[in-house]
Amino acid sequence: MSAGKTFKLPARRRDIAPLLLVPLLALAALPLIGSFSTWVTLTLAGVAMGMIIFITASGLTLVFGLMDVLNFGHGAFISIGAYAAIVLVPLVSGLMQADSIAANLGALMALIAIAMLVTGVLGYAFERIIVMPVYGQPLKQILVTVGGMIVAEQLIIAIFGPVQIVLPLPTAFRGSLVFGDVAVERYRLIAVAVGLVIFAAMLLVLNRTRLGLLIRAGVENGEMVEALGYHIRRLFVGVFVAGSALAGLGGVMWGFYREALTPRMGMDVMVLAFIVVVIGGLGSVGGCFIGALLVAVTANYAGFLAPKLALGSNILLMALILLWRSRGLYPVTRR
Amino acid sequence: MILSGDPPRGRTLALLLTVIFAGLALAPFLFPGMAALNVAAKICYFVVLAASYDLLLGYTGIVSFAHTMFFGIGGYGAGLALYNFGPSWSSIAVGTAAALVLAVALALVIGLLSLRVRAIFFAMITLAVGSAFAILASQLSSFTGGEDGRTFRLPEALRPGFQVLNSPVAVNGRVLTYYLVFFSSLILFLLMLRVVNSPFGRVLQAIRENEFRAEALGYRIVIYRSIANCLAAAAAALAGVLSALWLRYTGPAVTLSFDTMLDILLMVVIGGMGTLYGAVLGATIFVLAETYMQSLMAVVSHASLPLLPRLFDPDRWLLWLGVLFVLSVYFFPFGIVGRLRKRH
Repeated sequence: MSAGKTFKLPARRRDIAPLLLVPLLALAALPLIGSFSTWVTLTLAGVAMGMIIFITASGLTLVFGLMDVLNFGHGAFISIGAYAAIVLVPLVSGLMQADSIAANLGALMALIAIAMLVTGVLGYAFERIIVMPVYGQPLKQILVTVGGMIVAEQLIIAIFGPVQIVLPLPTAFRGSLVFGDVAVERYRLIAVAVGLVIFAAMLLVLNRTRLGLLIRAGVENGEMVEALGYHIRRLFVGVFVAGSALAGLGGVMWGFYREALTPRMGMDVMVLAFIVVVIGGLGSVGGCFIGALLVAVTANYAGFLAPKLALGSNILLMALILLWRSRGLYPVTRR
Repeated sequence: MILSGDPPRGRTLALLLTVIFAGLALAPFLFPGMAALNVAAKICYFVVLAASYDLLLGYTGIVSFAHTMFFGIGGYGAGLALYNFGPSWSSIAVGTAAALVLAVALALVIGLLSLRVRAIFFAMITLAVGSAFAILASQLSSFTGGEDGRTFRLPEALRPGFQVLNSPVAVNGRVLTYYLVFFSSLILFLLMLRVVNSPFGRVLQAIRENEFRAEALGYRIVIYRSIANCLAAAAAALAGVLSALWLRYTGPAVTLSFDTMLDILLMVVIGGMGTLYGAVLGATIFVLAETYMQSLMAVVSHASLPLLPRLFDPDRWLLWLGVLFVLSVYFFPFGIVGRLRKRH
């Protein structure tokens, strides 16, 4: 830019309608629920659950946005992360049972670190062995990643057995904090914090760093990025590893949330993650965040107001969003 | 004519198909015993189910994870009608009709919601809808019987106690039911063969090969894909009716579970996508393997090595099928049938 004079590019149009969805939904639910304190409790619980779902879904949408690969094996990484954590639990059980928040947090961090490490490494292997040969062939991608998921799930059963394993919460995170009539489970606060950190970190990396610039450029037009001399394949691997590690993190968070692990958990969470990704628009991190909150909050309200309807609420929500915007809230890819 | 101008093409393939056809047609007399007849009947309705799935996966090039939902709708339709309205032919008819209407309507809604954009949406949305439906079926236990499902009685002529012939061979109601399943499956299979070899089927393949070009030639791909989706759903629902008639039981584990969905996927891919004969081979091999390979693995699992016994545990056979599945997607994308046809 020449000295003194700055040219302003025309600003990109901001699309704020989707941002209003969650607040509007919450407001609309208030008169239906009636009691203010119940409403606050439900909303906060929903937001916390939304954060966990966001963590599991963010990796999926990131990988899809850049690589155009819909990874049906994502669910396997969620399970693997949780099971990797449980292997380490005996080692840090002293820290987990100590009645100090710092020690408990340390234990949680250690578990998260090992889970992300294991899933990250496996993600690398998965990308090299399973996904790489089928870039650009969507049908085969779905098939081989489903195959990978079957194998991973069966291996988990072979190693850990088919029955559910209990994963107790660290001492300081059990129970709830009570403010007047409003009760908030402590673990949900942790979940909100972790979710916000991840969301902020993803936005920062994507929008404020050179790496993020390359990733966004790759989403936009991969061939052009390659023509400019960058190895897009290396970028692919990196993003895939990051996505898998996020799945592992989500697995640990979900495992603690349920306080139990089953070999099928990854599959169950992945179904939710798919709904979220479809609602948010394939490839969009922001859309994924809004979608996760929407899904979780709706499920909570529906569970309170009409338990029979709660099961269908996700599907109904997805159908409504798709009727409004057929490609999701913030579609990233034009393909 | 009867094969709609799409013969097996390939001597080995023709031979295999003839053996399967003859084996199934004469199953009650060739293989005595209820266990063998169970396997034969299961092959029959899974051939229909796999073929209807191939209509989507192989011919239209879209992946659905809600196929068991339609199978389940058929099974529950016939089963619940027989359970609630008593064992008569009219309840079978009512149940089947209701199931068909529901299956086609659902398929249409899902198709219109998700096929407008990208085929990949369809895979995700069907997975979500299918799993929600499975949960719904097990939750509405007063209507569907929940996890336990429903056991019901068939019309008089289809019960084991109904004797038609005693000599030279025993023909009872069970054998009649088998032939009902067999001929219905045969007719459905031939109808599907007719569909894929019709001009409509050609358009589907054109869309699969090159979406853009097909659209440019003036074919509305959304409409063609939606019709294919509805046809596949209807065929799957009918397969569900047949399974309910044979099992005299309907429940979430046999019809709606995700495991069944994976089974169908494996059958079609291993048998060969894009040829209905692949569905025949895939379903036959899969059902036979499911029944007999597990006892083979039980032998291996007695080896005294660490972890290996657990990997070869009969319950882990899906693990090895998964490996086989991934390998076949890479190395034999057209499955067994593709292999046999190429050599010719």
